[in-house]
Amino acid sequence: MPQTISEKILAAHAGKKAVRPGEFIEPKVDLALGNDVTAPLAIKEFRQVGAKKVFDRKKVALVMDHFTPNKDINSAEQVKFVREFAHGQKIVNYFEGSNVGVEHALLPEKGLVLPGDLVIGADSHTCTYGALGAFATGVGSTDLAAAMITGRLWIKVPATIKFVYKGKLQKWVGGKDLILYTIGRIGVDGALYQSMEFTGPVIEKLPMPDRFTMANMAIEAGGKNGIIAPDKITSDYVSKRAARKYKFYSSDIGAEYADVIEIDCSKITPQVSLPFLPSNAKAVTDLGSIAIDQVVIGSCTNGRIEDLRLAARLLKGKKANPRVRLLIIPATPLIYTQMVKEGLIDIFLAAGAIVSPPTCGPCLGGHMGILAAGERCVATTNRNFVGRMGHVKSEVYLASPAVAAASAVKGRIAHPEELK
Amino acid sequence: MTLKGKAHKYGSNINTDEIIPARYLNTSDAAELAKHCMEDLDRDFMKKMKKGDFIVAESNFGCGSSREHAPISIKAAGVSAVIAKSFARIFFRNAINIGLPILECAEAVKKIKSGDAIEVNLATGAIKNITRSETYQAQAFPEFMQQIIAKGGLLEYIKTR
Repeated sequence: MPQTISEKILAAHAGKKAVRPGEFIEPKVDLALGNDVTAPLAIKEFRQVGAKKVFDRKKVALVMDHFTPNKDINSAEQVKFVREFAHGQKIVNYFEGSNVGVEHALLPEKGLVLPGDLVIGADSHTCTYGALGAFATGVGSTDLAAAMITGRLWIKVPATIKFVYKGKLQKWVGGKDLILYTIGRIGVDGALYQSMEFTGPVIEKLPMPDRFTMANMAIEAGGKNGIIAPDKITSDYVSKRAARKYKFYSSDIGAEYADVIEIDCSKITPQVSLPFLPSNAKAVTDLGSIAIDQVVIGSCTNGRIEDLRLAARLLKGKKANPRVRLLIIPATPLIYTQMVKEGLIDIFLAAGAIVSPPTCGPCLGGHMGILAAGERCVATTNRNFVGRMGHVKSEVYLASPAVAAASAVKGRIAHPEELK
Repeated sequence: MTLKGKAHKYGSNINTDEIIPARYLNTSDAAELAKHCMEDLDRDFMKKMKKGDFIVAESNFGCGSSREHAPISIKAAGVSAVIAKSFARIFFRNAINIGLPILECAEAVKKIKSGDAIEVNLATGAIKNITRSETYQAQAFPEFMQQIIAKGGLLEYIKTR
């Protein structure tokens, strides 16, 4: 029976030869993740049912990234609560303070999530790891508590939508533009309860960071996971990081799909998703003049070194518009170090940017760049819901690092070509 | 079990940032979260809702973040159930896992207006609109989920195994 890559990974972890969409299974997880917002609830529930020990102290990761550096007393208390649990349980992968990075950039960078894995995380953007050919899905705190106890997850096997990306990528177009365009096409519930499999000649050539960006936003189309079959690009990324074995899965010829959607990338130009849904994707060139107050370059979607290099290339020798606060947030300490080594930080500072420590911070309206009523922000993040980055009357425009950097200089939403 | 209350109706894609904004996520205290339930969607929600009332919404209710704080705030606010055309998948899981009743029923959403008196039989999935003298039938949950619901949540389900 031919199967998709997602079905194969789920079957392997459920100890079955094959699974079919709609079937309920309880597969084993390779890693269960929680953060400073979701782990406290999970730990409370863990204790409430009288659990004493996590199923495997090497297979739980706790990343205190959302409000780091702790923004107030309550968030510091939450981290303290998780820290004490992590130490008590001898959790190997506990990250806070100077070790912490944005979880979905940090775990792949450290080789803690690998191809063929089944990863769950009490964070909706856990789907990022699908870029490595893992089945990764976001869950809630109770699911995390259950997984910490049993090492298993309950899940309904999703049907899969296959996306085939064809044509030639235009200049300045990358993973962010592709995924915003895709969500714009199918809507924020276009892949509800389903798996999104990204395929085609464009994906086969797409660099790892762009793949992470695409898989990261599968949830913004309602998807259970986003996945890309691992290849040479994947193995170049993981082989130097992995401390354990991993397995490459791929979809069989003849595997069944709920839908197949072909996308001609030659027609896609830099995209921006307007408030208040990620599906409001438009070409930058169709927007007219939209004045902005803030730019955020960072997050689990676009806070990798390649994103910062791209922004620096555009900002070199230029200044951010005086009415724009430009925030640059390297996603992990290693990316921060690299940014300093390569001299990118000098370019950013000379451009008038504020360089923040790694944090989820402003992306979710946590701290480090909150918007007032009426303020507009171009962000390389993943959500532009009402009030997402601050006041309910503020606005977030989602875009690539290239569009964000160009917009910072122009003081309005701008195409990277405009900086020439 | 029969639930009774008034309907509060909202649109599509009600997201978790609207249900419970991140500025309140520095606590996991249910009563504290309940104070801010639906705050960024409808500032007056907690003033106008009475214990036992229903949230009725169009499609993809609860999209966005995985924060369980969203269904927790709804449950702790005293909402007896959420009725929608469809739910975002993580919200759906979380609601089942923590024992917040949710019902998928397009017909009910189409016909119920804000303020209608509603009666829901959770065992049968029958949604009675007392104001309009109509009854709608919600989709039955698959057997696996019914077992979790019957135990009162995922952790209780695990405990008994």
